[in-house]
Amino acid sequence: MSSSVSNPGSHRAERDPRSWRDRLAAGSPDSPDAPAQLNRAFVIGLVGVALLVASAFMSWTYNPALLGNVTLYGNPGTVQIYLLVMALMALFLLLIRKGPLSRLGRHLGRQTGLRALGIGITLYLVIAVGASIALTDDAMLGALDPGVYVGILGGLLVAAAGHLLPTHKAVGERHQRFPAWLEILVVVLLVALALAAAAYGLGIGDPALFVAFLAFVAVIAAGLARGGFFDWLSIVVGHHRTVLLLATFAAAFAFPLTQNGSDANMSIATSVLIFAATAMGLNIVVGLAGLLDLGYIAFLGAGAYVGAMLSESAFATIDWKPPFIIVALIGALFAALLGLIIGSPTLRVSGDYLAIVTLAFGEIFRLTMFNLDGNNGPDLTHGPNGIPAIPELNFFGFDFGATHAFFGVPITRFANYYFLLLLLIGFIILVFTRLNNSRIGRGWIAIREDEKAAEAMGVNVFGLKILAFAGGAFLAGLAGTVKAHQDVSVTPDQYQFLESAFLLAAVVLGGMGTVGGVLLGAVILKLLPEKLRFFADYRLLLFGLLLVLMMRFRPEGLVANRRRQLEFHDDDEALADEVEAIHTEKVT
Amino acid sequence: MAMLEVKDLRVAYGKIEAVKGISFEVEEGQVVTLIGTNGAGKTTTLRTISGLLRPSSGAIYFEGKRLDQVPAHKIVTLGVAQSPEGRRIFPRMTVEENLMLGAFSRTDHGAFTEDLDRVFELFPILQERRAQPAGTFSGGEQQMLAMGRAMMSRPRLLLLDEPSMGLSPLMMKRIMSTVKTLQEQGTTVLLVEQNANAALKLADRGYVLEVGSIVLSGTGRELLASDDVRKAYLGEG
Ligand SMILES: Nc1ncnc2c1ncn2[C@@H]1O[C@H](COP(=O)(O)OP(=O)(O)OP(=O)(O)O)[C@@H](O)[C@H]1O
Ligand SMILES: [Mg+2]
Repeated sequence: MSSSVSNPGSHRAERDPRSWRDRLAAGSPDSPDAPAQLNRAFVIGLVGVALLVASAFMSWTYNPALLGNVTLYGNPGTVQIYLLVMALMALFLLLIRKGPLSRLGRHLGRQTGLRALGIGITLYLVIAVGASIALTDDAMLGALDPGVYVGILGGLLVAAAGHLLPTHKAVGERHQRFPAWLEILVVVLLVALALAAAAYGLGIGDPALFVAFLAFVAVIAAGLARGGFFDWLSIVVGHHRTVLLLATFAAAFAFPLTQNGSDANMSIATSVLIFAATAMGLNIVVGLAGLLDLGYIAFLGAGAYVGAMLSESAFATIDWKPPFIIVALIGALFAALLGLIIGSPTLRVSGDYLAIVTLAFGEIFRLTMFNLDGNNGPDLTHGPNGIPAIPELNFFGFDFGATHAFFGVPITRFANYYFLLLLLIGFIILVFTRLNNSRIGRGWIAIREDEKAAEAMGVNVFGLKILAFAGGAFLAGLAGTVKAHQDVSVTPDQYQFLESAFLLAAVVLGGMGTVGGVLLGAVILKLLPEKLRFFADYRLLLFGLLLVLMMRFRPEGLVANRRRQLEFHDDDEALADEVEAIHTEKVT
Repeated sequence: MAMLEVKDLRVAYGKIEAVKGISFEVEEGQVVTLIGTNGAGKTTTLRTISGLLRPSSGAIYFEGKRLDQVPAHKIVTLGVAQSPEGRRIFPRMTVEENLMLGAFSRTDHGAFTEDLDRVFELFPILQERRAQPAGTFSGGEQQMLAMGRAMMSRPRLLLLDEPSMGLSPLMMKRIMSTVKTLQEQGTTVLLVEQNANAALKLADRGYVLEVGSIVLSGTGRELLASDDVRKAYLGEG
């Protein structure tokens, strides 16, 4: 499908998308390297890798409390094994245009990959050691051994090698296809790897080691991304969407089984899922319809309060106890009704008002819940105390509070909710994709691109906006009713503005309008703060830093919808070609 | 009864009245043109017909039905389509997706490919480039896409707002001859133009708009021959 790329007579051939540096550095993707420059870069790279390997076998510090004991020579600790893996990856990238590997090398960006990896490795050492020092009271810079410096030097040399190598950006070759079974295997293996990494990462107790692990994963990901692997992967995944979805769900279903009845991680996992389900709902509003909703958490809250008030709790304020299915429906409809009430006047005017109105609505909701305590109005919510003691869900005798055995593996309370939430997320994803691929979805894209033109084409702009807005509210309300039971109590402070901001951040960082991206963003944004509790007050600062970095380097989010990417890189010709290729594949 | 009847139409932006009580008609099967200088109110008139603006007074009838209170998306369903000023194609959508959006108001899916073929016949270049993001198109290509997109709703009345804007003389000729073809195929066209010469040559009827009022009207030939028009719009005399 690369015909448009390789066609030199194409109407866009006269503009050269490459930078001057790339054009100087390389001729055709297959031309042999210029020997002198190549050799110098090559040797520097090899020395760098050698230093990294040496560093992994040296002592990094004489303080055994740092980084899980890296005081020994010839016996690498965990963080040093990470370094070894990264060094091997650098070596691989360095060698990909030599001998038997060169067939692969044509498809990868060696130069950019190595540079990212080198810089990443250097940062990895600085961050790991820095975090360890910061988190251990009695440690000082003086506790460091030469191994650290050798490693940093190695990282810098790898980066330098990457910088000096000629570019071989093999545009178009990224579309190289492999046999279907191989591609499917890659997808499945990667999902399994992600599951294993998640389970492993959650199991790390030492905060400094956890930070080191995070940095390690980030460096590998950066190397793969800049090396062009993810470009290839996104194309492969594009061909095997269902496989990816099924594998991901299988992995997610398998996760509780790896926890062996322990609740420590499962309680985190359920809160991650609630967050992810809500973020997916917001994704319809923001990602598909392009409506900026800054008070989305209020709809989750509306559902949760309905769930609590109609529950069997002794503190429930409404004396009607319908079965949960009915409650869930009422909660969702109530949230949707709120959505209609705020949406219908605001969505008629231009977009900026919506952000302000939803922001205000979020706070009004919280304050209303705070004040409906019997002093300022009817006692519906017990004010700041909220509604506690919400009983466990019970479906046809299946008690969500009890531990059940599944083929001998204990499934605890949290795991029960986890499975229910997985089903809920599955439902929301189904709604999302069905809408996205429908005529309605096309209308939303048109509204995002040019609202006036869309209207002139016969798109019912207001109708589609209100559908997204109220529909998103419906899904959040639905999730809220489950959340009430899972949290056991509902209080106003769970629904403050910061939560809406985090949800929005998950959507934007992950990749607006994508399923995988938003799920990934939600998992990262909810999981990391849980594991990084020791950073306490600095978490928001780190979050802000992350946002700034993402907006600078990857504004389209972790997983980018191709069309979205075009919005941020309007003059990227290769991207335009890719959109074209994808479209052609879809049509033919 | 004429296909489109505009009666004493007034449209205002806030306090500023842009269209000050104009009346005109478009007979079925005709090409009718509205000409006038910048700011005369031509675009305002077209946007009011297609429901994107609301008149402050007056009435618009299309095939006997009153249009001026009908929402824009319904007007498209009634058979009025617009190729807006400045083309306003969807730049990040592919050509084909743009065309699909033109057919958004239609729900009879079977006819979609048929209409697509019709548009591709009018503009073969769109077929060649059907997978290309429309934002990479040249101005002339974008104009063809905008017209093709409007035709996808199978309009009986096509509103064209300055299709020749910014085009080379050759491309302009091409667009004008397409308008002729569309007329021959049975579409009625209301054409807004600053290029009075080209528009009047083509048009069965023309109206000259000046600061919100119609100052002259007649057949295309009459207006072309009129001294006033020649002075003001054709740069003669
Ligand atoms: N959105 C708007 N808000 C306020 N005034 C407007 C707006 N759009 C147009 N106008 C004013 O209305 C008058 C008519 O504008 P219109 O766009 O209809 O002119 P036109 O005949 O289409 O001109 P052109 O040939 O330049 O496209 C102008 O004086 C213009 O300044
Ligand atoms: Mg105009």
